[in-house]
Amino acid sequence: MNTQENMLLAVTKNDNVTSQKLSGADAIVQSLIREGIDLLFGYPGGAIMPVYDSLYRNANAINHVFTRHEQGAVHAAQGYARASGKVGVVIATSGPGATNLITGIADAQIDSTPLVCITGQVASHLLGTDAFQETDVIGISMPVTKWNCQVTRAEDIPEAISKAFYIARSGRPGPVLIDITKDAQLAEFDFKYEKCVGIRSYNPAQKVKTKAIEKAATLINMAKKPYLIFGQGVVLSEAEKELKVLIEKANIPAAATILGLSALPSTHPLHVGMVGMHGNYGPNVLTNECDVLIAVGMRFDDRVTGDLSRYATQAKVIHIEIDPSEIDKNVKADVALVGDAKEVLRVLIPLIIPNKHDSWVQEFATYHQVEKEKVIHNDLAPTCSELSMAEVIHEVNKITNGEAIIVTDVGQHQMVACRYAEFNKSKSNITSGGLGTMGFCLPAAIGAKLGAPDRQVIAVIGDGGFQMTIQELGTILQTGINVKIIILNNEYLGMVRQWQELFFDKRYAHTEMQNPDFVAIAKGYGVTGQKVTKRKNLNKAISEMLASDNSYMLDVRVKREQNVFPMIPTGASVSEVWLSK
Amino acid sequence: METNNKYSLSVFTENHLAILQRVLIILNRRRVNIESLHSSESEVSGVHRLTVIIRSTEETAIKLVKQIDKQVEVIRAFHHLEDDTVFQEIALYKVPSNAVVNGINIGSLIRDNYARILAIESDFMITEKTGHQEETHDFMKKLEPYGILEFARSGRVSLTKQLAQMSALN
Repeated sequence: MNTQENMLLAVTKNDNVTSQKLSGADAIVQSLIREGIDLLFGYPGGAIMPVYDSLYRNANAINHVFTRHEQGAVHAAQGYARASGKVGVVIATSGPGATNLITGIADAQIDSTPLVCITGQVASHLLGTDAFQETDVIGISMPVTKWNCQVTRAEDIPEAISKAFYIARSGRPGPVLIDITKDAQLAEFDFKYEKCVGIRSYNPAQKVKTKAIEKAATLINMAKKPYLIFGQGVVLSEAEKELKVLIEKANIPAAATILGLSALPSTHPLHVGMVGMHGNYGPNVLTNECDVLIAVGMRFDDRVTGDLSRYATQAKVIHIEIDPSEIDKNVKADVALVGDAKEVLRVLIPLIIPNKHDSWVQEFATYHQVEKEKVIHNDLAPTCSELSMAEVIHEVNKITNGEAIIVTDVGQHQMVACRYAEFNKSKSNITSGGLGTMGFCLPAAIGAKLGAPDRQVIAVIGDGGFQMTIQELGTILQTGINVKIIILNNEYLGMVRQWQELFFDKRYAHTEMQNPDFVAIAKGYGVTGQKVTKRKNLNKAISEMLASDNSYMLDVRVKREQNVFPMIPTGASVSEVWLSK
Repeated sequence: METNNKYSLSVFTENHLAILQRVLIILNRRRVNIESLHSSESEVSGVHRLTVIIRSTEETAIKLVKQIDKQVEVIRAFHHLEDDTVFQEIALYKVPSNAVVNGINIGSLIRDNYARILAIESDFMITEKTGHQEETHDFMKKLEPYGILEFARSGRVSLTKQLAQMSALN
């Protein structure tokens, strides 16, 4: 019926028929189709034009989302990957197109997001000559990719792409980049695609060691005060059910890292909150009280641990982690269980004896009560007339019942959203955790909606971060994607301002923002918006926004100078939590 | 504070240009100084070995090896203390030819130090000595009175004393 299907049939039936030659560019597109890709994000340009021409001819098989900036494309692909659990695919041209991807690739690397990025490159005879739009993208992207390679011959394209997908999605996922010269895109060759199933030098799935599992089980069974911290590894390995079974069986209180949020429903009685710099009181303080600390799919980031020399030194640490280089990197593990979280938990659970730790679990509730009185109450029912960020998130919860995907940017609004948003389903919290990339949210929300089209996607974003990738409103305009945007607008780079207030004697150096009329800008992009300044209008505005069939933006004016607490200052221990200034 | 020791990192890789850069990036990120670097083929066809000499604590060496080992094109990486390896370096010395004519002792100096003459030209000659860094350095000191026109020393080539660390491959 169409050239693409004919081509596929021909290639699979008659691999050796010379008349079925494909150009390198067509081979790229056909390889993506063979990997099950039906959606990618990108931005055209000179050195990738043959691939765009192929995408034009294969538009029925692959949908391309044209973002307004390559950084938008890569963040959208991240959002797509995080919401769907699939690999996000990005294409861009050489030179500036490729360098514009770097921030997003670095973000994906540190947050273990599977991406395949394909960049065009100048013709191979021009490599190294400072040709127009030539840049050494292999060199530039090397520190921030799980793997990268340059292809200069068309016949090497299928193998490079199959390896790229295998590497991106296996083991600890991550971004890969393939740089393909223009002459390789134009040259013709006999196309044959074989899926990569293994690489000699790469061992992504280590066998779980039985001895270590038994040791871990003994520790957990003997523990009086067991405590579990779960990270994104649970989401990536889809071990949500196993996590729940384990904590329920052994009655272990469990806290999330920022990227672990939503792996366990927020309302689960054993879900005690979030750890980290702005995490919950009990989960941080009691890290230094537990006797066995079970870390599942998390990497003891410095924002989680605070001062390492005073972090959980009293506890036996069981570290369940797929990446061997994370074991003992920051926190010494007494028992290291290297492997996929789901597989490890499946083997571990049968060895766990049902248990009760009521008084220990109660300790978390006691701390929560203190946090409620000293922090949460003020956040949710402020006495001032201005809205707090937490109130807005709380109103969202009331209407969505925790069913929405919440995408956040970086800063105060992110911390507040992660503290207060409720999540019923996994893959519902999408944020830039490790890299802290402002500008992540809007494009990531677009990608998340495409990755989970049946779910409500809400971008919660600061006025600073919004303006870093605001041009992606154009992507919403052109694609008609239904994304809800809530700007928590305090006309400041709020988190930096908070630090200036607390640690730089209120010298607000370049954090105050003179902002444009966001509602007018949204209107210009065909997105309905309204400004919310009063508490009494908040619920109605959110309801209207969520009821809309189209993208919608709320510019919510929140209290200008409000600080996020609890807070563990840099260098302090997790037991030294500030509940106020 | 843990003491710094000299470690030999043996990294077995697929024959790929980029992997050297990846290994160096990992070392540079942790600001570890590279004292010597050598790349060659190994006993297994298609597998390259890098020998990187660093000075660090054992803890850092272990972490570095894990981060290197996880690179897709690294087959295996190991760290060894100097005492656990047998190693050599090769040094070349260019001295003026008149040193041969005028210096009565240079012939015996070369013999006594197990060095050898590689080339003699009208203006200069090139001598080679293999050994540990201290030995090649000592020999340089001995040649200095004759004038050294040029000096070069290779990276360290080393093998471990333990048997068959690459057995995992086969």
